[in-house]
Amino acid sequence: MTDIVQSVGEFATDSPADRRGWYQSEEFRQLLRRRYASEDRFRILGIAAIVLAAVILLVLLASIVAKGYPAFVQTEVRLDVTFEESVIDPSGSRDERALSGANYQRLIRSALQDIFPDATGRRVRRQLTDLVSIGAAFQLRDMVMSDPSLIGQTRELWVLASDDIDQFLKGNIACGTEHAARLGGQPCTVPENERRVNDRQVGWVDQLIVEERIRRSFNTVLFSAGDSREPELAGILGGVVGSLYTLLVCLLMAVPVGVAAAVYLEEFAPRNRWTGLIEVNINNLAAVPSIVFGLLGLSVLLNFFGLPRSAPLVGGIVLALMTLPTVIIASRAALKAVPPSIRDAALGVGASPYQVVSHHVLPLAAPGILTGTIIGMAQALGETAPLMMVGMIAFIVDIPAGFTDSATVLPVQIYMWSDSPERAFTERTSAAIMVLLGFLIAMNAVAIYLRKRFERRW
Amino acid sequence: MVSKMIDATTTPWVQVTAPGGGTGRIKIRSSGVKVYYGDKQALKGINLDIAENSVTALIGPSGCGKSTYLRCLNRMNDTIDRCRVEGTISLDGEDIYGRTIDTVQLRARVGMVFQKPNPFPKSIFDNVAYGPRIHGLARRIEDLEEIVQRSLERAGLWSEVKSRLLDPGTGLSGGQQQRLCIARAIAVNPEVILMDEPCSALDPIATAHIEELIDELRANYTIVIVTHNMQQAARVSQKTAFFHLGDLVEFNDTAEIFTNPRDDKTQGYITGRYG
Repeated sequence: MTDIVQSVGEFATDSPADRRGWYQSEEFRQLLRRRYASEDRFRILGIAAIVLAAVILLVLLASIVAKGYPAFVQTEVRLDVTFEESVIDPSGSRDERALSGANYQRLIRSALQDIFPDATGRRVRRQLTDLVSIGAAFQLRDMVMSDPSLIGQTRELWVLASDDIDQFLKGNIACGTEHAARLGGQPCTVPENERRVNDRQVGWVDQLIVEERIRRSFNTVLFSAGDSREPELAGILGGVVGSLYTLLVCLLMAVPVGVAAAVYLEEFAPRNRWTGLIEVNINNLAAVPSIVFGLLGLSVLLNFFGLPRSAPLVGGIVLALMTLPTVIIASRAALKAVPPSIRDAALGVGASPYQVVSHHVLPLAAPGILTGTIIGMAQALGETAPLMMVGMIAFIVDIPAGFTDSATVLPVQIYMWSDSPERAFTERTSAAIMVLLGFLIAMNAVAIYLRKRFERRW
Repeated sequence: MVSKMIDATTTPWVQVTAPGGGTGRIKIRSSGVKVYYGDKQALKGINLDIAENSVTALIGPSGCGKSTYLRCLNRMNDTIDRCRVEGTISLDGEDIYGRTIDTVQLRARVGMVFQKPNPFPKSIFDNVAYGPRIHGLARRIEDLEEIVQRSLERAGLWSEVKSRLLDPGTGLSGGQQQRLCIARAIAVNPEVILMDEPCSALDPIATAHIEELIDELRANYTIVIVTHNMQQAARVSQKTAFFHLGDLVEFNDTAEIFTNPRDDKTQGYITGRYG
């Protein structure tokens, strides 16, 4: 800086010839080059930052997709199941309670033994039944319950394989034979006693493959079931429905309160020390760690007001408290962006302040408010910490049917799955993350669409 | 422009409208009007009487307080925080800063047209119909349509927009938008129309349009217009008030002000020596 001033000083005379001389001098050209060089450096830095961010995002997405996509398919085993009356309904009463309480696992076991008659001995037979999921028995029960005439017949059925067999065939358990390799199994490198699938089971699976009793199909369970300890029976529907209920509560609480607060502060409140204080505090609230809102929910909503634990109602209120500052700040920005000339125009024809806001300012600010709200909701959708504090981290199998039912939410479900020891939960965790990201992208797309659609020029 | 103005004192370069006009009754009477923005005093005691059914022009250099005074007349200054008004302004003898006055009612009686055309981002029809709707001036849609048509006709815009009343008002040209704003102000049937530099954002042709319109509207409305354009003040107004640094320096018939100013500052301003 100083050298520039000095060099200008040397040339700073008032004669036009001198001035022209300075602008044509080598020194000025050097100065110019330095200016362009710093501009280039700045641009390169900017591009590098964007490329870095893009690469990180791509790596993240690629790893999630690579880990998660196998979860969308599931291994199934074909069995010839005989619905023996002596097992299901020995008394022949067709009583519903008898049908639902019957030992369907025995039907599965005998169907498996029909395929592998040489499997004898308690332990070996046990290993044999471990090939299929315990969900297979529930599948049989549901079939019989809805159609009791099946009793006595033999049917060819595709039932879910157990998670171990599924993982083995997806190559996640490091032992596979020639046949298994066709479906993705890995060669045997790990000693038998360190594997979830022993050599005998590997042999059985080989035979099943040869007999074409194994197939892969789309994993509908993942989207239609609640949580389960058995990975092949675990689904995200419970989390999705819980998230929807929670978000609905959050939306219904945060938007009216947030927009009303923003309108009051922006359009009606006098500018004084108190409103200034409120403004600063709203901005501070936006920066408060979300778990603090969870603690608030725990001590006030659960302990003081006695609201039910793990309920979407409580989770929604907590998330509403967390989203409120975002909604208020976005709404105020949208209201500020409405040109004052519109307010003048409305006041000028005699509209009351309330009419100015409701007829003119609010409709014009609506796209901005909507965008802010959706972004706030997307933030709430991804939130875990405050919900844990109000008990939404419980293991809940049932799909919640109301606002006070015990529920969990999608991100908490992801957290719990990521914590589970079973190998099959790893891919399901990534799959659930993909679903969550899908929801977030959809919400942001809606926000962009609405903004484009309702944006008005003035 | 400037050289032309200097000639003004020697040879009248504009046809000054005949002095007087209107009913001769005083519509707005203001005495000792002082306005403060926070600690800053913007008006230092204005005494000004505005005659009914005439055009009163407020002229003066930027920041002299003429717009501030104009905005006092329909209490638009109320919307500015830290703005304080002292003194009395009466409309037909009633103090508009009194306790009993309602600002909504006042602004219906004293309409306003702003510097920048500011139609609502709604259709042309809705722009004009908005005021009558909120004030309950039309019970049936036919009445409303009639009010809209009459207002647009008076604003000289009807023939240009009658086929596209449902198009957005923001799609019109600048001059048309400003006439739409005048139609919107007329539609609520005010007694007084305040205009804050209504032509400063318009080209000369649109300006001529508006000026003609102002002259026609004078028959039915009391008009107060702030303008930076002294030719405009001379062309459209019967009375002219010259403001300077928050003071009312001179107030007289327009013809007098432009041909025979009493005050040196007025003379200096209208001849273009400063301001």
